[in-house]
Amino acid sequence: MSLVKFAIIEFPGSNCDHDAYHATKHVLGHQAELVWHKDADLRGADVVVLPGGFSYGDYLRTGAIARFSPIMARVREFADAGGPVIGICNGFQVLLEAGLLKGSLLRNRQLKFLCQHVRVRVEQTDTPFTSGATAGQVLLLPIAHGEGNYHAPPETIAGLEANRQVIFRYCGEDGAVSEFSNPNGSLEAIAGVCNEQRNVVGLMPHPERACESILGSDDGRVVLDSVVTTLAATGAV
Amino acid sequence: MERGTRGVKTKVFVSLKPSVFDPQGRTIVEALRSMGYGAVRDVRQGKYFELELEADSVDEARTTASEVADRLLANPVIESYHVEVDENGD
Repeated sequence: MSLVKFAIIEFPGSNCDHDAYHATKHVLGHQAELVWHKDADLRGADVVVLPGGFSYGDYLRTGAIARFSPIMARVREFADAGGPVIGICNGFQVLLEAGLLKGSLLRNRQLKFLCQHVRVRVEQTDTPFTSGATAGQVLLLPIAHGEGNYHAPPETIAGLEANRQVIFRYCGEDGAVSEFSNPNGSLEAIAGVCNEQRNVVGLMPHPERACESILGSDDGRVVLDSVVTTLAATGAV
Repeated sequence: MERGTRGVKTKVFVSLKPSVFDPQGRTIVEALRSMGYGAVRDVRQGKYFELELEADSVDEARTTASEVADRLLANPVIESYHVEVDENGD
């Protein structure tokens, strides 16, 4: 197996781009390239990462302007062709605004920016980013967001549940979902979803910031390791 | 400006759909009540945009403003909007 190449998209205001770069290149030992949002192509990447941050200063709505960046046309083509795409935090917000994922993120229920560790339960393992996890596995991951309150109309939520597109849910230490373990008011405690084709995943917590135990948790590694294993298994790398 | 076109002032009001909880509006209501304004039953917070458009007619300005609201100013998943065109122009 050759090295997997991660393209990490940088928008003006992205601030977790180097976290993703460090995790994929230095911790996983694969290739990573920072791709500017005005660049013309994804440089032959195998995986696209839309990192966290405050693209365009969160002007208008989170992710609303970044969605029109030139590189997003390439990301859409890559996703349509089945390429694995992960949006983390602001990257998730961009994917929702771009319509690559369904739903929207509102201000946190308590109107506070939340910066803490939370637990999320892996709901589905048939995505490239959860294939190495076990269903029901509880991950300790950091969150850092003001707008992470997942919302969608009831029919959309029903569709996501029916198609098993809810990939991560906020939960307690024992994996149980309750109001108490839901940090931001997300409907159905949704922390992450995928598209119908299951190759595009977005989530509010930061797996890339939880890849080394010195940082308090290395539970996030399974998300990045999964995509490497998935690509190797399909012979894509 | 080309012949026949004129600057048309257009307003776009964006607000969360009634079905979407508005935590900011709720916080404002609670603040107002604590200030003694018990008469305030509810507050919904929204956004207001002033667009100056080049358009040949009020209808054209309304069409452009609606398109802009659909594509960028509002997120149709959670927000609705309405457009007001200043018919007197400038």
